Parts: sequence; C-alpha cells; structure tokens
Amino acid sequence: MIWDALVTPFADFGFMRRALLGCIAISVGATPVGVFLMLRRMSLTGDAMAHAILPGAAVGYLVAGLSLGAMTVGGLIAGMAVALLSGFVTRVTALREDASLAAFYLISLALGVLIVSTRGSNVDLMHVLFGTVLALDDAALILLCSIASLSVLALAALFRPLVLECVDPQFLRSVSGLSAVTHFTFLALVVLNLVGGFHALGTLMAVGIMILPAAAARFWAAGTGGLVIIAVAVAVLSSLSGLLLSYHYSLPSGPAIILVAGVAYGLSLVLGRAGGLVARALPRPHFES
Amino acid sequence: MTTRRSLLKSASVAIALALAAPAMAQASDPTRVVASFSILGDMVERIGGAHVSVTTLVGPDGDTHVYQPTPAAARAASEADILVVNGLQFEGWLDRLIDASDFDGKHVVATEGIEPIAFEEEEEHHEGEGNAEHGEHADGEHEEGEHEEGEHGDEDHAEAEGHDHHHHGAFDPHAWQSLGNAVAYVDAITAALAVADPANATDFYRNRAAYVAEIEALDAEIREMVASLAADRRTIVTSHDAFQYFGRDYGLTFLAPQGLSTESEASAQDVARLIERIRDEGISAVFLENITDGRLLEQIAKETGASIGGTLYPGALSGPDGPAPSYLEMMRHNAMTLAQALSS
Repeated sequence: MIWDALVTPFADFGFMRRALLGCIAISVGATPVGVFLMLRRMSLTGDAMAHAILPGAAVGYLVAGLSLGAMTVGGLIAGMAVALLSGFVTRVTALREDASLAAFYLISLALGVLIVSTRGSNVDLMHVLFGTVLALDDAALILLCSIASLSVLALAALFRPLVLECVDPQFLRSVSGLSAVTHFTFLALVVLNLVGGFHALGTLMAVGIMILPAAAARFWAAGTGGLVIIAVAVAVLSSLSGLLLSYHYSLPSGPAIILVAGVAYGLSLVLGRAGGLVARALPRPHFES
Repeated sequence: MTTRRSLLKSASVAIALALAAPAMAQASDPTRVVASFSILGDMVERIGGAHVSVTTLVGPDGDTHVYQPTPAAARAASEADILVVNGLQFEGWLDRLIDASDFDGKHVVATEGIEPIAFEEEEEHHEGEGNAEHGEHADGEHEEGEHEEGEHGDEDHAEAEGHDHHHHGAFDPHAWQSLGNAVAYVDAITAALAVADPANATDFYRNRAAYVAEIEALDAEIREMVASLAADRRTIVTSHDAFQYFGRDYGLTFLAPQGLSTESEASAQDVARLIERIRDEGISAVFLENITDGRLLEQIAKETGASIGGTLYPGALSGPDGPAPSYLEMMRHNAMTLAQALSS
C-alpha cells in the first residue's frame, strides 16, 4: 500500500523519474547557494535575478526564435551582467549591495519588457522559457545536472573564503586577495542555479527551492556545514513529497513542491532546536540553578 | 416661451446634424473595425471587403489568453466604429481596454448566437473517462489563479486577475473551432456592418452568402474526411483544451494535459492519467499547437511511443506563408493534419 503510493508513480512513469532527478539536481546545486545567500542577507536576490534575466531571454528569442538554447544563454548573460555590475558597484562605491542590485535588476527588467513588447509577439516568453518540472527533456536534465556538479565543486573549493565573506567581509578583504574572486564566483553560481531552476520549476518556484530549505535549516543547525546538509535534505524531501502530492491529488507540481518546503519551514520555525519558537519559550537548562 | 422653444428646437437640430455628420462621412470612408484576434479579423475582411479597414489586436501566432493590450491597441479601439470580440470570457483583458479607450462604437460579440459548451457539459461529454476528466478540468482550473501569480513577475499581477475570470467563466470560449458556429459569427459580423454602413449592405450580404457557402462546403469536406476514420481511432491528444467544439461537431474526443487556457499548469496526476489513456487506447499520435510550448507533449509522446502527428492551430492564424493564413485554411489544415495522422 505504502509501496504503491510512494514507488509506483516513479516506477510506472518516466516523466516522474525525470522530474525527481531534476529536482534532486536543483536541490543539490541551488540549496547550498541559498544557504550562503541567506547567511549574506541576500535572500531576496533570487527574486531580483528572476527578473533580471528577461532581456537576455528576449534577445535570444529575437535572434533565434523559440530556441531554448539561445534563450538560456541570453538569460545567463543578462543575469551575469546584472550580478557583475551590481557586485562591481558595491565594491568600488558607497552604494550597498541591495541598492545596486535593485537598480540594475530594475533597469534590466524594464529593458526586457521593452524588447518583448516591441517585437509585438504575444506568445508569453516567460512561459516558453520556464518549463514545468513534468516536461524535462534530456537537454534540460543534462543542463541541470551539470549546473549542480559545477556549483558543488565551486562551493567546495571556495568554502572557507565564502564563510569568511559571509561573517566578516572586511577581514577577508584585508588578509586575502581571494575576496573579489569569491564574491563574483558566488554571484555567478547564483545566476547559473536560477537559470537552471527556471527550466525545471518556473520563475518564482526556482527561487523557492533555493531559499525556503535554507531558511528551514537555520532553525536546526548553527554551523555552515550542518546548514548545507540539512537544507539539501529538506529540499530533496520537499521535492519528493511535492511530486507525490501532485501525482496523488492532482496539484500543479511546481507550487506543490514549494508549498511542502514552506510547510517544512513553518514546522522548523515552531519546533526548531536552534532558535525555534518552542525552544525559545522553554526555560534553557543553561540558566538553571 | 415660444422663443425658448424655438431655441431648443434649433439646438436639437444642430445636435442632430452634428451627430449625423460623422455617419455621413462614414458612408464614403471605410468602416473602421477592430477585431480582437486574427480569426475574427479574417472573417471581417472576408465580409467587409474594401468597405472596411480592419485592425487585429492579437495577430498571427499570438496567444490571446496571455495578450497584454498596448496603447496602440487602445487607440485603435477608441477610433473604431465596430469592435468585434469572441466573448465567453476569451478576451479577459478586453473590458479594461474598452474602459480605458472611450470606445463608443458598436460592440459585436461573435459568440452571441451560438450554443456554447459548458464546462459541466464537457465532462458529461467524456463520460467514459470517469475521474480522470474530473481531475483535469475541475481541479486544474481552480489551481490556475494561484499558479499564475507565482509564475509571473509583478508587472502583470493585474493581468492575472483578469485571467481568473477567464478560467472561471462557465463556457468553453474556443467556439470558432466549429464551422457551424462560424456561420453564427459571420451573421453577427454582417448584421453589424450592415447597420454601420447601410449603403454597402447589399455587398456585405453578397459576401456573406459566398463565405457561408464556402464554410458549408468545408464542413461537408471535413465530415467526409472524418467519416472514414475507424471508431477506435477518434481520440486526439493536444496541448491545451481548445478543440471541444470541433470534437462535438465531428464525433472526436480531444484530450489535453493543460486546461482550457494556455496559462494553466498541468499536475503530475493529469499527465499520468493521460499517459495511461494513451497506452490503454493505443493512441498513436499527439499534436502540437502553434501558440503553446510543446515540451510537455514531446515528453508524453516519448514516454508512450506515440508520434508527433503535426501542428494544429487552435486559436490563432499562421502568418501569410504558413499553413493557416485564413480561417477556412486553418480549419482545413487542422482537419487534414488530424485525418492524416489518425488514418495512417
């Protein structure tokens, strides 16, 4: 019975297996990036980036028509440009990261809407570019898995400077030349993972799988390593249960996955060991006696 | 008292003249007609001929479900003598456009004279499918509004609200997919043109007669094509649910992973049910559409071993070089694509 409910959907249908593989790839790649975004207080960056890639996708569409490859590359370029420009402005001027990012993503978004509108086509570009998790073809899966591998390797290589950059960027800048490299590589990883996530989950859903598991993990672990592991576990479990809910109760898949992650966040918020509501309300043994 | 009355009289004469003046001018100028999407534009051109100038808001290969009106569209609407729309909540954005454009001409709703397919009726229509259809239609539709807000950026939240109306409308708006309904469309358009431009009414009625004859001939042609299909080869899988009228006319069953609007998102259950049906019933081909993303269907085809039978045109004409540059060409193309794939 339980076997039927949990395994049969994946055993019977190739699209379910593909969806699961795609989701695991995103969980492994994007969620650790989300953890660092959260630690750097940039949780809303994903949302901004989702809009920033529009002009690139639109230019890709103008050049090559409805070609996924062209629109993906265009989106990557636009996202990178916004990330790099805002990172550059942050480092050389007095403007803070959030403000410079907001400025550049809004410019980019406006440009994108302008390009889409002047072309005059009414096919919804965002819908064409951003697929659903149920329609992952081989190309999309390869893209997702490559992005996941790349970001795991890059994060492993940059782990220590990244942690330093999160807790004390001034210190890192003073002791090492790696600061700028770390910063820009990290922004590049954010863009890569978002564009990959858009393929699988659609615009805002991709941001959800990046940020929600990280926020949930925050209530269970204090160390960065623990955060990453718990966040990935939450993301994978949310994807699995979301897909199964979508299968058994006829819910659209993307929102189902993100809502399960949202429930995980809500439970962690209340029950979490590290600063959850219940843990805070209870008297701490530490202060007894 | 008398002076006041005569004053009133002369004033009213002046007003009457002022009102009549543009009407007189129209007699020589072509009547300006705005059609909401390409199929209606084509019909108006066929009936009006040289006596009308037609502006089509959603052009060839455009998706009316997700259209966003531009200022040019609002201007065209405000200057129009006649505005032809499909109705049945197909153009969710239209009410706002009319409000914004001070349109004061005649508003023709093409579907007024037809017998629409209600969503409930549609479920009865596929009685054999049982729960699968219930899942696809009833649940799918309620999810759409939610999904849409997530899927879009902030720039079109207002639009999302408009679409909600579309999804929850009681009837399937894709009525032009029935040639019988097309005659009703043509009649509504002809009547409006004749009222707006009585001097050329005889031309309009002559064009109408020729056009209706062509429509009826095509209807007979398609019936003949479909009649040769075996009873177990009459189920067709497309991207979104736009062919219920076509199916009703010719005794075909259409299935789709997406709901009535291209905006909805399929659930894993819908897709799984569809795949099971394709396997169980040995459906051999699925059909893409010119205005929707084919990736989901391509995956379904791959998984079931069904082939891609071709591209159908559910709600927008192709460009002039495409296979469906006019309404009649579009219906013929759809029918031939279906018949070829189903009989092979």
